[in-house]
Parts: sequence; structure tokens; C-alpha cells
Amino acid sequence: MKPGSVAVVGAAETTKMGVIPDLSVIGLHADAALNAMADAGLKPSDIDGVATAGVSPTELAWYLGIKPNYADGTSVGGCSFMLHVRHAAAAIAAGHAKTILVTHGESGKSRVGAGRFGASPSSLAGQFEMPYGPVGPPSMFTVPVLRYLKTRGYTQEDLAHVAVVQREWAAKNPRATFKDPITVDDVMNSRMIAYPFRILMCCLVTDGGGALILTSADRAKDFPQKPVYVLGTGESVETPLVSQMYDSNSSTAFRISGKAAFEEAGIRHADVDHLMIYDAFAHLPLYGLEDLGFVKPGEAAAFIREGNTRAGGKLPLNTNGGGLSYMHSGMYGMYALQESVRQMRGIAPAQVPGAKISVCQGVGGMFGAAGTVIFGNEAP
Amino acid sequence: MPSRMLPEPTPETRHFWEGALKGELLLQRNRDTQEAYFPPRPFCPKTGSRDIEVFKASGRAVLWSYVINHRPRPDMGTEPYAIAVVKLEEGPTMMTNIVGCPQTPEALQLDMPLEVVFEKMSDTIALPFFKPAGA
Repeated sequence: MKPGSVAVVGAAETTKMGVIPDLSVIGLHADAALNAMADAGLKPSDIDGVATAGVSPTELAWYLGIKPNYADGTSVGGCSFMLHVRHAAAAIAAGHAKTILVTHGESGKSRVGAGRFGASPSSLAGQFEMPYGPVGPPSMFTVPVLRYLKTRGYTQEDLAHVAVVQREWAAKNPRATFKDPITVDDVMNSRMIAYPFRILMCCLVTDGGGALILTSADRAKDFPQKPVYVLGTGESVETPLVSQMYDSNSSTAFRISGKAAFEEAGIRHADVDHLMIYDAFAHLPLYGLEDLGFVKPGEAAAFIREGNTRAGGKLPLNTNGGGLSYMHSGMYGMYALQESVRQMRGIAPAQVPGAKISVCQGVGGMFGAAGTVIFGNEAP
Repeated sequence: MPSRMLPEPTPETRHFWEGALKGELLLQRNRDTQEAYFPPRPFCPKTGSRDIEVFKASGRAVLWSYVINHRPRPDMGTEPYAIAVVKLEEGPTMMTNIVGCPQTPEALQLDMPLEVVFEKMSDTIALPFFKPAGA
């Protein structure tokens, strides 16, 4: 893809956010999709490509009455939507589709029409991790972190700082689930979930959804909203077993994905005005800052502690409040993308003044996958 | 308490679980490079070579990382327990539980030496756990 040749022309979250007991999973997908179509001034019959995870693209297309000639069911966890954007950009550039809808919906809290978690006992995870007692992401995604803290010389308070700064951002977002300020002491005194992780270092569990519509940059100018251009993308997958990361101190998938996106976009780190790093847990922004190359290994904790990622700092990070405070339905990547698009449109509740380039980094599974999308609001 | 979640071996992993039942920690290695790997598969993940062999590991490891899960899974009892990653002497890492010591940050020090022990959980499955070396 030539940088900037594809753009987001529709973007929306579900009408409600947080606890939505009156919509099932597919209903959340549809609500977000209809909102994104309204945003772009489109009807289902204008969409010729669909991409989604959580439900199949078959179910999505049929439910909305779309007869597509492009379907992407890539499902690698919470960053699937970053991969959908990447694949959509390639498909549009190749002429396989003109107008592609990417959706997410998840009844993470209310579990209406939702499947069950769990690995088959004959899968690799079922044989080599599940017998030892993990209970979902809070006791799995966190397993490498004590090693990481020791290697980098970070402390548990450094994890707490991540949560504190993101709560500051959340306070500026009316739709954020948690908006009350918190201190490092509040985080360190909150309930223990999986040592060293306390509840305020863990993401929310909520209901919601979001959708994006992409088309070619030459068509994008005719849509009602300011186009948000896709400048560069990357993706990778690493391992289904968190115990088998290539390096406990670094996400290999982040490094591969991030490098590809920066190279394609042809930008330097100093060009980035706004950053989203999928924060299912408080360690993710630390790994992300290092693995994307914004700081050297060992510098991420001080970078956050010293205020660089706060409002007014040199690299505003997770400006919606993130998975820790804004919302987290299970596959949060879509909400990170939505915030990047809002920032590039200039309409975010906590708008970064003059922001022109936004990097959006997703993670899938427990360090299992990564997707990166770099957006810009000026046609290159 | 519900019965413990246990593995179901596949053709590619059966030797590992049969070894565990006999009290042996079996790894595989590339016959050419001698590099060990885990979990089991019938080829070397570094080179793709199918020329591999099964061998008995020393059972020695160090504590690499862990969490102490304060929300016990129903089949794991009611007390907090450590979900650990150990680094085997031969190089690979594996998830396990640490037995024979308190499940506390004070007792569980990173890099402490460990050794494998097997606990029979059913007629066909023994799980490899690790305990402090010499304990």
C-alpha cells in the first residue's frame, strides 16, 4: 500500500457503552456498524467488504444484509481489528473491494449471546498451561512481568503510575467508565488479583462495540467527515502460550509489527503526536513504549512517571483512558482505533492540539499477536 | 472440589506424558545442533529439521517468573497459588506450579534453584511440578 492511499471515512462506537444488557454480541456489532455507516453517509448496500472477529464475517454480512465480495475473519485476539485495517488497505489498493466495514462487538460484562472461554484439554494451552491453574487473562498475561520488572529495574509502583496517568485522561472523557482520580497509593492498596497485579492495574470488563469504514483516498474526499489516512501498518503473531514468549522482557510481535508500520509510513518517532498502546494490564504501555522504539529498554517507567504521556506531555498516550479506565469488552483494539481516528479528526474529548500523526498499537491474546496502524490527517 | 483440569495427550505429545507418569521429564532436541526445545513437536522449531530425538532432562531449573493467583480456579482449591514459569537447565521455559514452599513473594524468589517432582493426578496423567532444590 502506498502511504495515505486508503482512508477511514466512517468511525463510531456503540450507542451505549459500559453495561448493555439489551444487546447480544451480534447486536452490538450491528449497532456499531449502523452508527459508522450513518457517520459516513452510507447504507449497507454501499458496503462491498466486511471484516470482523468474535463473530464470523458470514454472520455479520448476513445480519446487516450486505452481499460482499471481500471477507476477512482474521481472529487473533484484541488486535484483530488492526489486522483488519491492514488487510482492508491492501484489498482496496488491489481493487478487491471499494468500501470495507470493520466491526467489533462484545458482551464482555453481560455475556448476552456470548460464547465461553476455555481451551480444549488437547490443545497446546490445554496440555501445557491450563493444568497449572490460570483463570483467564489476569493470571496469564501477567506471568512474565516479575521477570520484566527485575530485568529492567522497574518496581510495582511503576505499574501503578501507568494506571494513575490513564485515569487522568479518562477524567476528560465523558464516556469513560471510571473517571475519579486515583493515586499510586490507591493502586498499591487496591485488591490483589494475581501478585504483583492489583485490581487497578487490570482492565475493566464492559460491554460495547465499534466499527470503521475504509475506502480509497481519492473517494474519501467526497464523504462528510474529514478523512483519516492510513499511513502505515504492521502485524505479527508470536505464541499461543505466554510461557513460551521468545523473550519475557519484550514482545517480538510488537517489534515486528511496529517496525513494518514505521517503515511503510516513512516516519520517525519524533513525528508522532499521539499514541495508543492497548493496555489490557498496566505493563502493556511499558513494553509498548520500548518495543515500538519510543524509548530504550529500561527507560519506559521513568518516561511515564515524569509525565511525558500526560496531557501536555510530549507523547500523549491512551488519551481515552485506555482499557484500564475507558472500557474493555475483551477485544479492546477497536476502541484504541476509534480514539486514534477521533484525535486525527480533531474531535476527541481530550483532544491533543494540532495532532497530525497517531500510532495505534494492538496486542492479541497474551502477547500472542500484534497489529499496528499509523494514521495521519493530511494526505501525504 | 471439581476434578483438576488435566491434559489430553495428542500423538505428538504422548511420549512426554508417558515419561511424566514414569517420573521422567522428557525434552526433545535437534540431533544436529543439540538444541533442546519445548513443548513437544516432531521437528526442531529453529530449523524445521525432523531429525530430532527425545532425551531425559536433568530436572533442574530456576524460577523465571510467576504470579500468585488470588482468585483460585475451583479445581485448584481455595488458597492463593503461584502460576510459574521455570527456565530449565537445558534452555526451554515451561509453565508449572511451585510445590514444597509457601506461595508468597518472600518464599518465591526469582532465579532460585528448583528441581522437578511429579504428582500423579489420574491413571494416565502425572503433572511435572517444581520444588526448591534440596528441599
